[in-house]
Amino acid sequence: MLNNSPFVRKPASVQMVMLKVLAALLPGIAVYVWVFGIAVLVQIAIASITALVAEATMLSIRKKPLRMFLFDGSALVTAWLIALTLPSIAPWWLTVLGVLIAIVIAKHLYGGLGQNPFNPAMVAFCALIVAYPQLMSQWPAAGFTDAAAELQAIFGARHLDAVVMATPLDALRTALHTPEAHATVSGVFGSNAAFGNIGGKGWEWIALGYLIGGLWLVQQRVVTWHVPAAFLGTLGLAALLANLVSPDHYAGPLFHLLTGGAMLGAFFIATDPVSGSTTARGKLIFAAGLAFLTWIIRVFGAYPDGIAFATLLMNICVPLIDMYTQPPVFGYKGRDAGGRP
Amino acid sequence: MSQFSEITRNGLWKQNPILTQVLGLCPTLAITTSLINSFSLGLATTLVMAMSNFAVSALRSFIPYEIRIPVFILIIAALVTMVDLAMNAWLHDLYLILGIFIPLIVTNCIVLARVEAYAAKNPVLASTWDGAMMGIGLTLVLSVLGIVRELIGQGTLFSGIEMIVPGVQAIQILPEDYPGFLVAVLPPGAFFILGLLIASRNWLDARANERAKALLVQHSPIQA
Repeated sequence: MLNNSPFVRKPASVQMVMLKVLAALLPGIAVYVWVFGIAVLVQIAIASITALVAEATMLSIRKKPLRMFLFDGSALVTAWLIALTLPSIAPWWLTVLGVLIAIVIAKHLYGGLGQNPFNPAMVAFCALIVAYPQLMSQWPAAGFTDAAAELQAIFGARHLDAVVMATPLDALRTALHTPEAHATVSGVFGSNAAFGNIGGKGWEWIALGYLIGGLWLVQQRVVTWHVPAAFLGTLGLAALLANLVSPDHYAGPLFHLLTGGAMLGAFFIATDPVSGSTTARGKLIFAAGLAFLTWIIRVFGAYPDGIAFATLLMNICVPLIDMYTQPPVFGYKGRDAGGRP
Repeated sequence: MSQFSEITRNGLWKQNPILTQVLGLCPTLAITTSLINSFSLGLATTLVMAMSNFAVSALRSFIPYEIRIPVFILIIAALVTMVDLAMNAWLHDLYLILGIFIPLIVTNCIVLARVEAYAAKNPVLASTWDGAMMGIGLTLVLSVLGIVRELIGQGTLFSGIEMIVPGVQAIQILPEDYPGFLVAVLPPGAFFILGLLIASRNWLDARANERAKALLVQHSPIQA
């Protein structure tokens, strides 16, 4: 049946958007389980329960309608992102603490959904990695899927030192930053078991899972193409240029794109509609800056991955970026467009 | 309300140097990593504030108005140097930890602010009392900040007390295997906890105002 104009377009509800984001994470999570075992599912469960309890508590303290905000799914997205960025064998209290920091401090103390200037999941990640750098860099080796041992590690029964392995980004940086070792990129790739065909062993497949989910999000118009394209393009370009100049000291673009949180960051973290830029040009600038900072922190910094810190740094720039990238008001041209406040 | 209790109320709560005036944040954020550090820096600042308010108030009719600020700073600097030397002599270990922040009391805005805003215009006794009360208000907030940061950061209280009272040990409040929370000890944690303290102060004030208003409405003649 066809109706006449005017057609009313119903804007996507927050709940629908959030559910689609959660669904888009599933391929990545499935590969994650296949590579690293079921520990990540336990982490997701812990994070989700904590997030819902924290969200409900904060909503009732702030006297906000419980049902509408609790079931909008935004707390769950934050919780899942935290669970996916922490090591899967992190102790349970680390995940709980991270989610509490994200929901209580980074989200509700700043005014709740839509008001937070910083990405809550990344605030939690930064706080945890500054506070507990050791626990945050203990990843199980790829292919280690002993469920019982993983559960014991999460619930504090024993340490998994034997199977713990540095992430590829960490291993590469440590090797390259040790001048006596005379390490080269290809040498580290060949000698270290953490590396797979292109990126980190196992990590490259998880990254592809996120990529598939992310592309579906773009196809569903949940996120626009600007942020992922600018993010991946800039990260790849920075890595490519450095790699061309000195292939022994800088890993190539494919390694950077398929290691660490690059894919997760491009499609699920940098696209946060609240803390990111809102204009089309602004999104390009925001994501490009984010990717460049990520590359700098990865190559020259001292932390396992740069996405979290880069996200917070770019989040602060968002009001400025938005101010200078207002699209012209319809009907005006050039400098008189009047977009600037 | 008498003048002195008004000054006390202002210093401790209404005009609290940190919670209301938000002055002197540099030492506030840098040094409050433990209760003992915060408390001792607070006391040193209190001493300087009381003395500088006393000195400036006593000399206020001799200080030319146009060059008052440099004169104030010179007076404060002389007093701070005394405190600095005294702490170096008698509390040497603590002196090493507080380090640059003792000489920096000179540049703490709250000291100059009280001298300029109060001591330069008021009689000696009231000025000295004002300096002391503002200092105690500052010390209280610094101590609360220090308690929270030390407890969350490392799970102890009174760490470093052996530098002041030899032979006394810090108290382990949280269990021994508490992993600590480094963020609370680092400057970002100081910002967050100070923000929470200011927020709770504002909340308490807002609640008190609401109650006062409700009381007023109850007893207003219009209502009856």
